Amino acid sequence: MEVRKPVIKSIPYDEFKDNETLEKLTKELQDGGANVIVGSLDQVVNWGRSNSLWSLTFATSCCGIEFMAVGCARYDFARFGFEVCRNSPRQADLIMCAGTITNKMAPVFKRLYDQMADPKYVIAVGGCAISGGPFKTSYHVVNGIDEIVPVDVYIPGCPPRPEAMLYGMMQLQRKIKVEKFFGGANHKEHKPIVVNGVETYEK
Amino acid sequence: MKLENKIFELKNFASEMAKLKSEKHFDFLVTIVGEDFGEEGLGCIYILENTKTNERISIKAVDSNRENAYIPTVSNLWKGAEILEREVYDLFGIKFLGNKDMRRLYLRSDFNGYPFRKDYDLSPENNKYTLEDDVEPDYTIEYTMDEEGHIQQIEHKLFTDDDYVINIGPQHPATHGVLRLQTILDGEVIRKIYPHCGYIHRGIEKMCEDYTYPQTLALTDRMDYLSAMMNRHALCSVIEDAMGVELSDRIHYIRTIMDELQRIDSHLLFYSCCAQDLGALTAFIFGMRDREEVLNVMEETTGGRLIQNYYRIGGCQADIDTNFVKDVKKFCEYLKPKFKEYNDIFTGNVILHNRFQGVGILSKENAISYGCTGGTGRAAGWNNDVRKNHPYDMYDKVDFQEITYNNGDCFDRYMVRMKEMEQSIHIIEQLIDNIPEGDFYIKQKPIIRVPEGQWYTSVEGSRGEIGVYLDSKGDKTPYRLKFRPMGLPLVSAMDEILRGEKIADLISVGATLDYVIPDIDR
Repeated sequence: MEVRKPVIKSIPYDEFKDNETLEKLTKELQDGGANVIVGSLDQVVNWGRSNSLWSLTFATSCCGIEFMAVGCARYDFARFGFEVCRNSPRQADLIMCAGTITNKMAPVFKRLYDQMADPKYVIAVGGCAISGGPFKTSYHVVNGIDEIVPVDVYIPGCPPRPEAMLYGMMQLQRKIKVEKFFGGANHKEHKPIVVNGVETYEK
Repeated sequence: MKLENKIFELKNFASEMAKLKSEKHFDFLVTIVGEDFGEEGLGCIYILENTKTNERISIKAVDSNRENAYIPTVSNLWKGAEILEREVYDLFGIKFLGNKDMRRLYLRSDFNGYPFRKDYDLSPENNKYTLEDDVEPDYTIEYTMDEEGHIQQIEHKLFTDDDYVINIGPQHPATHGVLRLQTILDGEVIRKIYPHCGYIHRGIEKMCEDYTYPQTLALTDRMDYLSAMMNRHALCSVIEDAMGVELSDRIHYIRTIMDELQRIDSHLLFYSCCAQDLGALTAFIFGMRDREEVLNVMEETTGGRLIQNYYRIGGCQADIDTNFVKDVKKFCEYLKPKFKEYNDIFTGNVILHNRFQGVGILSKENAISYGCTGGTGRAAGWNNDVRKNHPYDMYDKVDFQEITYNNGDCFDRYMVRMKEMEQSIHIIEQLIDNIPEGDFYIKQKPIIRVPEGQWYTSVEGSRGEIGVYLDSKGDKTPYRLKFRPMGLPLVSAMDEILRGEKIADLISVGATLDYVIPDIDR
């Protein structure tokens, strides 16, 4: 059966670079078929969710300034459904981790993530959040936030250009479009694995 | 400048320092550099400035006992020393006798060891992060020495039982990043603020010790990303200074223009964030709109929007773009009428006047004592502009005015920045038509070695003096590299500024002090 492609308004489907991953994910989620009624309801829910993603104003360093620039007049992510930023994690759907996470910040960041209500999404913005970036060898930097929280989209760059940020944010929208809200398969939380007393996540 | 260190014995260190301050008028403590001198022991280098003559000297104090290094405090002479000594204690483990607050500054209170010592184990296994909350002590320790030379510990409580304490940050929009302010309130009135730093401490200085000189440049832009050019300028200057590189006029011109463009960029962002913190979203959008124009001009030449990586040892990465001169002129013409717009929409606003005027006063004496350079110091009437006091590049050949005010309140701090943008435009206009022909890069050896010695060079950053201390042993890597953060004195002065003010004024003061947290924590 042909799997329905997640389409967003702003960029045509074929212009995205990494369609294989998304198709694989869609196939896995749709494995066993989808109920006509529930499937249509899912589409309605996902349409709503993907077009009203409110992100947390969370910035530790340089990428935060670019994030501000993306929110301002020239790039304006509100056009694509990222209407406002929220200062409280309780009101946010999305955490754009813009900047380095250090050892001292790691528990705080984890707590912020835990405080957000489901469904919640994480975007790792910039080299530092992805892998530690230029500070990988430092004694006080976490080598990638995916050790602490599950990450949905990675946006490389140091800092990423605003265009790259918008592209990454739209990738997240597409990912949300294929989710299944009904039937229990929706946005499963990853089970933490405890290694030497430290909680980590399967990549 | 090359440092000719005066060495004071620890026995009479305190009295000699007091003499320097009272008799020779060295009233501005530029920075304290902690250093691991190897077999010589652990010690500090104090850089002092006489604010009347702008003369600078450096003092060295070393304790040969590595296990328990003690140096008498100077926090009774310069108020800013308290937090600088905490930084040295945190990173090197030198205890300062008489400093009332010997807690860690950047690292977690359960951190083991002192990372900047040369014998610290930097392996990833030894430096794992934890997701456990940090249990912070609610007391500070003061070390004192009695007449027989015994060390005694005194505990000071941070809070009393009746204190109402709220935490502002690390995740708070008004702290401009990840700073935490532990605030003790009496009703609405602030009684005391304990700043907690280090949530973005990346150990840049320590990383630099393993890098070759050209590699160290890569990290500077990521400290204070709003004065990326100046950070790099300071580091390039100190290395060029040490190696005795003569730059061409073209490089001086380009660097001056780029620095000023960066200053405009930073001040526009200051204006925007200031407006947003006070709830004026329109002014925020206006400021950010014009900031994009500066970024366009810089991007054309450097290729980067925020992190430009443009300067390098011996010049610049590339020559200026063919359209650069034309576009800079166009930009100057574009920005000039905008100042009136900013004044109409925000500066003249009655809400701004009520929230800024007479709020958060920092006196000139305190500004000097804490070392609050940049716009904050100039708003209090302290002529601290490095461009005037220790001219570099083209600054002694161009005509510009050092903006100073006298009240030292939020409004003056705001106005200093607004006026400085006009001065920056003025500087750029004098230079842009006369950029001389010449090399944009003086060729250096493939492996750069700096002769043995210690140097300190500073330039005027967007929010104060950014200085770099370099200790070289003649290798291709620095032995110790230390950046003077612009924001650390500002954060340490917050308690002084805000004591007795309302909690709502914390937002105005934080906005106008204009600190950038990755610059404080490095």
